[in-house]
Amino acid sequence: MNRLKGLLGFLLVAALVSLGSAGPVFSRSEAFKENIFPVGQLKPTDSKLKVKVGKKAPDFTLPSVGGEKVSLHQFLGKKNVVLSFVPAAWTPVCSDQWPGYNITQGLFEEHDAILLGITVDNIPTLYSWTNQMGRLWFPVLSDFFPHGAVAARFGVLRTDGTSERALFVIDKKGILRYIDVHDINQRPPLEALMGELGKLEK
Amino acid sequence: MKRMLLFLLGIFLAAGWLVPPAGQAAAGPPAKGESFPAITLPIPKDADDKNYLGLTGGGSFKITQVKAQAVLIEIYSMYCPYCQKEAPGINELFQAIEKDPELKGRIKILGIGAGNSAYEVGVYKKTYNVPFTLIPDERFALHKALGETRTPYFILVRIDQGGTGLVTYSELAGFKGVESFLEIIRKEVIR
Repeated sequence: MNRLKGLLGFLLVAALVSLGSAGPVFSRSEAFKENIFPVGQLKPTDSKLKVKVGKKAPDFTLPSVGGEKVSLHQFLGKKNVVLSFVPAAWTPVCSDQWPGYNITQGLFEEHDAILLGITVDNIPTLYSWTNQMGRLWFPVLSDFFPHGAVAARFGVLRTDGTSERALFVIDKKGILRYIDVHDINQRPPLEALMGELGKLEK
Repeated sequence: MKRMLLFLLGIFLAAGWLVPPAGQAAAGPPAKGESFPAITLPIPKDADDKNYLGLTGGGSFKITQVKAQAVLIEIYSMYCPYCQKEAPGINELFQAIEKDPELKGRIKILGIGAGNSAYEVGVYKKTYNVPFTLIPDERFALHKALGETRTPYFILVRIDQGGTGLVTYSELAGFKGVESFLEIIRKEVIR
């Protein structure tokens, strides 16, 4: 009887584990081969937004994979800015979000917009990871130290130290015009972002 | 004890151990020598696409209804760097098929944009000037039915006279250049 109970217990645990493993649809590109860490299904959002549409976006300066420092204020009066926070390098969904943006430079330019990709990873990690995506046309910024400080200022730092999968559209006056703190398990559809950029002045 | 067993049965059912729910992922992509699964795809709205595939009207179609002796399916995504890199090569393959009197009309290429919306498929088509039909699969339904492969994945389906589809090639990152792919296709189509 005890043995039967033990077996049932084992099966229960196994079944629960397999339930939990029904995660998000993983990055599918062969470019990343088996290097994507399966994070499973995560809580859709896990932070409290600290910025608002219609208000000024907080300024920041971060180091980029390319070597130079990039500040938000340098685009004032020149370019609309899209900030794309993704949770972490080498995770599902993120790994196939930026490669899509990488072939749509023309669409961003049509709206006189620059894209800034941001994660909380350090530069060497971001360097290795983004190398798998081909040559990216947009800067990739590291919000690593102090850890996630920019993500925290926008209110998209999750309790586990990763960031949300979030898009912020900031116009040339530095005003936030669109915020999408997306379900971390899903990629935001490109048409939604482009629709919002279409509403801005060029 | 009985209650415990019933509870476990419920858990197993939920975990999909006993009965695979509708729309669940196939165990793997259709393998060489197997029948191609009877999945249905939306008939494209574009007249050129309909014409290319030999389809009319709206609704859905099966691969075996495509007017061809074989269909080369590429499961791709606009978000996949390898697919992007190979896109010009697949276009070249299409042109080579269309120029070859033995192959033209007998082999059709069809892209399935895994997880891509109609808009995203449109962006990819425009970016790479893709001359063959691309079908959006925004909710990964086709991708799941075809075994949730990584991309790019190639499946060659031979349509036999009885209207059945036989998988004659099924490979991840299976595009090894225009010439080598033409050879594979010729073997299957010109027999």
